[in-house]
Amino acid sequence: MTQTSARPARPPIRFRGRSFMATVLAPLPPVADWLAELDAVKARAPSFFAGRPVILDLAGLRLTREDLEELVADLGQRSITILGVEGAPEGVLGPGLPPALSGGRPSGEVPAPDAETAPEPATPAAPPPPARSLILDAPVRSGQTILHTEGDVVVMGAVASGAEVIAGGSIHIYGTLRGRAVAGVSGNPQARIWCRRFEPELVAIDGLYKAADDLDPAFQGQAVEVRLVDDAILLAKLDRA
Amino acid sequence: MAKVLVVTSGKGGVGKTTTTAALGAALAQGGSSVCVVDFDVGLRNLDLIMGAERRVVYDLINVVNGDAKLPQALIKDKRLDTLHLLPASQTRDKDALTDEGVSRVMEELREKFDWVICDSPAGIERGAQLAMRHADVAVVVTNPEVSSVRDSDRIIGLLDSKTVKAEKGESVEKHLILTRYDPARADRGDMLKTEDVLEILSIPLLAIIPESQEVLKASNVGCPVTLNNPLCAPARAYADAARRLKGETVPMAMPTERKSFLDKIFMRRAA
Repeated sequence: MTQTSARPARPPIRFRGRSFMATVLAPLPPVADWLAELDAVKARAPSFFAGRPVILDLAGLRLTREDLEELVADLGQRSITILGVEGAPEGVLGPGLPPALSGGRPSGEVPAPDAETAPEPATPAAPPPPARSLILDAPVRSGQTILHTEGDVVVMGAVASGAEVIAGGSIHIYGTLRGRAVAGVSGNPQARIWCRRFEPELVAIDGLYKAADDLDPAFQGQAVEVRLVDDAILLAKLDRA
Repeated sequence: MAKVLVVTSGKGGVGKTTTTAALGAALAQGGSSVCVVDFDVGLRNLDLIMGAERRVVYDLINVVNGDAKLPQALIKDKRLDTLHLLPASQTRDKDALTDEGVSRVMEELREKFDWVICDSPAGIERGAQLAMRHADVAVVVTNPEVSSVRDSDRIIGLLDSKTVKAEKGESVEKHLILTRYDPARADRGDMLKTEDVLEILSIPLLAIIPESQEVLKASNVGCPVTLNNPLCAPARAYADAARRLKGETVPMAMPTERKSFLDKIFMRRAA
């Protein structure tokens, strides 16, 4: 970290991961017939594809670059914008075509629109799973990593120097924090860190971090709350009146 | 019922081998039959500290590989009939130990002795993990300084995950021995305080061994410090630790600095 206090504070660049649910279209040969079927679906539910991220799966087809350009144009006419292409033969993709994607994980069928439900606008892809807390009754020892991206982590002992706790939600430490605490990793700026004694090597919330050297020494050894305010890490003593 | 005890630390040079020899001798003096096992294959030292280096014929590797029987490799101590040593090999390395071989030897030792004390090599790799694998009790040796304490914390994490007991869902009984403790430096704040070490490691304290020339003297003559000079401060601290391991309640004596020359004279006069 190279922060000088003389220069006006600028928010540091952050890199975050985020996952989205996409609808996958897998055309079947002959493509003309498949497009006709698609038109039938669209006729029943005109807004089905509105605002929906769509991935084109070409595993079932053998296409040349020209075929693919034509297919993408045909879909574009039907207001279906392709975000990416999966399973394309090598050398087919290039400038002017959507980028290649890989590493997707299946997440069940997206229900096809019926005539009755047709006017319904695009629904959010999937409800987030309920947040679960992870409670640890033992101290976290040097060299151990606790990774819990679904919710809060509660440690009933200390987090040792050289240990790290990574949580999707907040982190509660009912002992001394001497290692690293990384909260809100799944993109949660509301996450906070609390500890009974604050002697950390590093704290981070939602991708923003501060190492021990950048932390105000006034909080060393105190009961402290760490949170994010306007993209800055803010420390506060817990036991102020 | 035999107990297997591992003496471990993570960091090197903190006093594992000294502690192994001293505890082994103290337990044997109390009447238990004891075997100290050197797991530091390739860098063996326990034979020197025990004064048995000129009597090593077979070693742990030979027994593990089945080249020798256990009784052939065991060396009986010249001073105490109840104390035995199973030396390590100096010419091989830790890869020569096999999981099955070590399990078999530990089973055999359990049948023969009341206490089996394993002297772990430094580090967290295979050698250290094999030494702790079959332990019921662990003695974690730590110096009052940050690097040693952090390494010990790492080792405690391994004791809670890589031992047979941990894999069965039970837990290894853990004790802390604080070695090379210098009360004068602790008073000046040059060393971590005992409370701080205990707070960081959160395992019970078994003994505080004061820094002493007696430890060096004992290792130079190849004799466990508890036998060489049973009345010196480190020997008494180890003897108390051995009694606590056997389940006795012994009050903990905190090493204190003798304040001045004058105080020393007054103490002598009173005595």
